[in-house]
Amino acid sequence: MTRTVVRASGLTKRYGSFTAVDAVDFSLEENRIYGLLGRNGAGKTTVMQMLTGQIFPNGGEIEVFGRAPAEHADVLRRICFIAESQRYPDSFHASHVLKAAPWFFENWDAAFAERLVEDFRLPLNRYIKKLSRGQLSAVGVIVGLASRAPLTFFDEPYLGLDAVARQIFYDRLLEDYAAHPRTIVLSTHLIDEVANLLEHLLVIDQGRILLDRDADEVRGSATTVAGGRAAVESFVADRAVIGREGIGGLASVTIDGRLSKADRIEAAGLGLELAPVSLQQLIVHMTGTDLRAGSTEQEVAA
Amino acid sequence: MDESRPIFLQIAEQVENDIIDGSLPEGSQIPSTNEFAAFLRVNPATALKGVNRLVDDGIVEKRRGIGMFVTQGARTRLIERRRADFATEYIRPLIVEAEKLGIDIDELAGLLRAERINS
Repeated sequence: MTRTVVRASGLTKRYGSFTAVDAVDFSLEENRIYGLLGRNGAGKTTVMQMLTGQIFPNGGEIEVFGRAPAEHADVLRRICFIAESQRYPDSFHASHVLKAAPWFFENWDAAFAERLVEDFRLPLNRYIKKLSRGQLSAVGVIVGLASRAPLTFFDEPYLGLDAVARQIFYDRLLEDYAAHPRTIVLSTHLIDEVANLLEHLLVIDQGRILLDRDADEVRGSATTVAGGRAAVESFVADRAVIGREGIGGLASVTIDGRLSKADRIEAAGLGLELAPVSLQQLIVHMTGTDLRAGSTEQEVAA
Repeated sequence: MDESRPIFLQIAEQVENDIIDGSLPEGSQIPSTNEFAAFLRVNPATALKGVNRLVDDGIVEKRRGIGMFVTQGARTRLIERRRADFATEYIRPLIVEAEKLGIDIDELAGLLRAERINS
C-alpha cells in the first residue's frame, strides 16, 4: 500500500555547542502532504537540508527513497527543494530559471509552468535581482509545482506573496497534487491558511518533534473552556490542561482531548463557553515559552 | 469549515444534509473527492475519508469507473438516524438554557408553538 519515502532515526545536527536537531525520529509516507511546523529556529530548515543532502547530520540515519540522500544522484533527482531565499546567478532572468529547470527535474511540465507564470503575473524577461520579494517567491513556487518531483519541499515559499497569490498557490497545489500525487512537505508560519491542505503534521520545537499526527486527529482535539473560575476548574479537573489564563473570577483553560456530547451538555449546565482551538492556536500553546506541552503528545501516543 | 470537528466528518454531514433536504436525490451522483477537495480547499485524502464514511454507512455506493451515487433508501435511513439524535443534539441544550432562564416546560412548549406559527 503506502510506501515510506523518508525514514529518519536519531537524526541530529549540532553547530558547535548548539543542537539544532536533537535525535529526531520520523517517517514520511508516499503521496501525502505534510506540514512541518514550528517557530523560527526550531530546526525545520535544518531537517529539510539534511533530507535533501545539502548538509550532513552529526548523528542518526536518513533514508530517502531507500538510500542516503547525499551523493546519490538517483535520489536527488527525485527531490525538489524550494528554499526560503533562493539565490540565483546575477545575470539570470526568470525565463532562464524555467529553461534550466527541466535539466534537473525529469517530470518538469513546461506548459504547467507557463500557466503558473500567467497566474502569478511573473515578468520573465527581467533580471531576477530586480524582481520584488513576492515575484522572487513566485519563481520558487512555480519551480516547485511544475517540477512535479516525487518529493517536494517548500520552505516558507511565500515571503512577500500577496493574499491572492497565496490562494493561487494553494489552489494549484491541490489541483496538481490530485492529478499527480506526490509527497509534499510544506514548512510555514501561516498555519491557519494551510491547515486544511495538510494531511499530516510534524511540529518541531527546539530541535525535537513535539507532535507527529494526522491533521484530522488534531483538529478539534483541543478546546478552550471559559467561564467562572470555580466552574471551569471543576470541569477541567481530570482533563489534560495545555493552557491556562484568567482574570479575577474568570478563567479560560485549554484542554486536550475531544469532548463528548455528554461533556458539552455538562459544560452548558455549568454555564461554560466552549470554543474550538485552531491549529495555529494549538501550536502556539504547544510551542509557547511559558509551557512545555510535550506531555500532550506522549499521552496520545501511549 | 468549523474548527472544532474533523473536516471529513463535516464533508460527510454536508452530503447527508443535501440528501435529507432533497437537493441530492437517491440515485444521483455526488461530486468526486477531487471536486470536493478543490471546492472546499482541503486535502484530497480528507475528502476521500469523508466520502468513504458515507460508503461505509451505505449512504452512497461506488460504481467502478463512473463515480459515487446516493443509494436507494439513504434518505429514510438518514432521517431515522438524525431523529434518534434529535433529543440529545437539540432538546437537551434547549432545556438546559431554558432552566437557566427560569423558563419551565409548559412555558417552553408555548414558546415552541408560538415560534412555529410565526415562522
